[in-house]
Amino acid sequence: MAGARKASPLLRTVQAFAVIAVICAVTGDITINTVDPWREFTQMLRGAATPDFTATEDLLHALLLTVAFALLGVALGALGGFGLALAFHYRIVRAGCATLRAVHELFWALIFLQLFGLSPLTGLLAIAIPYAGIFAKVYAEILEEADPRPLQALPAGTGRISAFLFVRLPDAWHQFATYTLYRLECGLRSSAILGFVGLPTLGFHLESAFSQGKYSEVSALLILFYIVIATIRWWLRKPLLPVWLVGAVAVLPWTAGLAPGSVARFFTHDIVSYPLRSGEGWAGMGDWLSLVLVDQALPGVVATLQLTMVALVATGLLTMLFFPLISPLLLGRPARGVGHVFLVVVRSTPEYILAFILLQLWGPSMLPAIVALALHNGAIIGHLIGRFTEGIELRPDAPRGFDRYAWEVVPRIYRHMLALLFYRWEVILRETAILGMLGIATLGFYIDSAFADLRFDRALLLIAVTALLNLAVDAASRAIRARLRLQTGLRGR
Amino acid sequence: MGAILEIAGERIGYRDTVVLDDVRLTINAGDRIALVGESGAGKTTLLRAILERCAPRAAYIPQDMGLVQALTVFHNVYMGRLHLQPAWRNLRTLLRPAASDVTAVRGVLERLRMVDKLFSPVGELSGGQQQRTAFGRALYHPGDMLIGDEPVSAVDEHQAREILSTARAAKPTVIVAMHDRALALEVADRVIGLRAGRIALDVPTAGMVPGDLDHLYRG
Repeated sequence: MAGARKASPLLRTVQAFAVIAVICAVTGDITINTVDPWREFTQMLRGAATPDFTATEDLLHALLLTVAFALLGVALGALGGFGLALAFHYRIVRAGCATLRAVHELFWALIFLQLFGLSPLTGLLAIAIPYAGIFAKVYAEILEEADPRPLQALPAGTGRISAFLFVRLPDAWHQFATYTLYRLECGLRSSAILGFVGLPTLGFHLESAFSQGKYSEVSALLILFYIVIATIRWWLRKPLLPVWLVGAVAVLPWTAGLAPGSVARFFTHDIVSYPLRSGEGWAGMGDWLSLVLVDQALPGVVATLQLTMVALVATGLLTMLFFPLISPLLLGRPARGVGHVFLVVVRSTPEYILAFILLQLWGPSMLPAIVALALHNGAIIGHLIGRFTEGIELRPDAPRGFDRYAWEVVPRIYRHMLALLFYRWEVILRETAILGMLGIATLGFYIDSAFADLRFDRALLLIAVTALLNLAVDAASRAIRARLRLQTGLRGR
Repeated sequence: MGAILEIAGERIGYRDTVVLDDVRLTINAGDRIALVGESGAGKTTLLRAILERCAPRAAYIPQDMGLVQALTVFHNVYMGRLHLQPAWRNLRTLLRPAASDVTAVRGVLERLRMVDKLFSPVGELSGGQQQRTAFGRALYHPGDMLIGDEPVSAVDEHQAREILSTARAAKPTVIVAMHDRALALEVADRVIGLRAGRIALDVPTAGMVPGDLDHLYRG
């Protein structure tokens, strides 16, 4: 070919993302602010090595509640999502579901806290609502992929419902179950971090144990949590499901009552923007909007995007490092066993908790958030890619060692990995926003402060801005994946 | 016996494409028709046109059998009468079949020698067993007519003969597309041959030999 070799669209996209990430990293606040991070770190390590299960009753109760919130929340979400999936051909339903899932569980929890206080309803709805939006989308896609051919063979005059029940649903059922089970794992993580806003789940105990420096208790809590997640397959049996659900209803502390007055007040007064409800009228709206949008939303959006871009690229780099740990093409069986345990632990720890731990070590900057997001998401994608390499056959005389990694394996997984990475872009953004609640200046920081100041009008507007940002990144991710023809397939969800 | 269907010089096809031109065809109750012709000659198109016009009384076996792989043999056969029950009753059958339905379906499967697979998922069956299941669904259909698109392509000649004779015993009127010419002449009373988008042959099979159909296939 004459002339210089032109970079492919794929390569140019990757280069652009890398450059943007470097710029974001350089301009961002990445520092270690604690005096002696190593001392704290060695103490944490010592705690991790000496888990303290003596507070068993408390630990088990927290774990039980975490599971109960997750089970019921995901079950409600699945039920609602299924209903919405049936109406997913309406544009309004699709848009509504996208909005529901664009708002993070913790933000939903902050909203419902104002309505229902610390009642279990707050936790259940905080999980069920965004999950319903996700379930609706995925269920609708699964239903669409169901084999339509048996429809031809149906007797004339078969009703639509019967046709759906016998043709579409059975074909989709198995995938529904697989996906819902996968989501339950996510639900357990969501449930755990709800403790950070005060609900009686794992996060609540983690936070208090951390603040008291009881690292052995932290380690015990996390170990129990990993065991629960790693053994889902064994304890969540189909025939036992009703028992678990009834049990979950029974263990939740339903005593904290509703306050109907506050519900009405919330909708008619609290969330109405201040100038309107204080009588300043529309004239005051300009100042109010500029205060919220320019002074808070704008820096929040910038910081959120900045952090997201760095975390995204760091996730990609870590994925390249993580997937060989469980790939039979690159490692022997014993080493892979260790790799599996490592990846399970890293991906089972919610990024919020990872960030919380790192924040204790390094003090407030973007660094803990970036590392937490990259570790968690790198472990998830690394796991998927590692499993993907199990299906690759190499020629018998393929090179070994690093040459095999670079020449034989990476070229085969590269596109797939990028597809998953772009798919998780929006997930990373959602988490980035929420990490602000830990004190990093992303959107969550401003939202959390607004809630703390009881300025619900501001909080809701900021949440809306966050949701819009999410939808925008989701659209960008879809456009890029379509343009580069990157496909994730069901497994990647 | 009376005519079930008369097509008098119609064009048959999908939207803008005409697949078959000038179709003239009468089907009488009690006809046992074999439909032959090269692949792509329009057999499926003709069968579907007949199905559309005879819908309430005709059971159909598409070329891909139209089975729901995730459901059991029982449920797939039950689908032959899906239109007779309200949705809630069908939902109940999906979850926990009524004994009477199981007995009725068992009766159909006895004739097809498939009883032992009553509650096996269709996805786990062999190709031949799947075709028997598709026949089971068609036999369970209350209509008096069977339309099949190569419904015995996955079984050997001996089994094909057996299945088709079971079908003929249950349904007075049978129209099946077939690629085995000798078998077609053996099991049918009447053969319709398609060639180049037209009905090129429509005669009783009595006295015919497979070689008589050669002109439908040779270029």
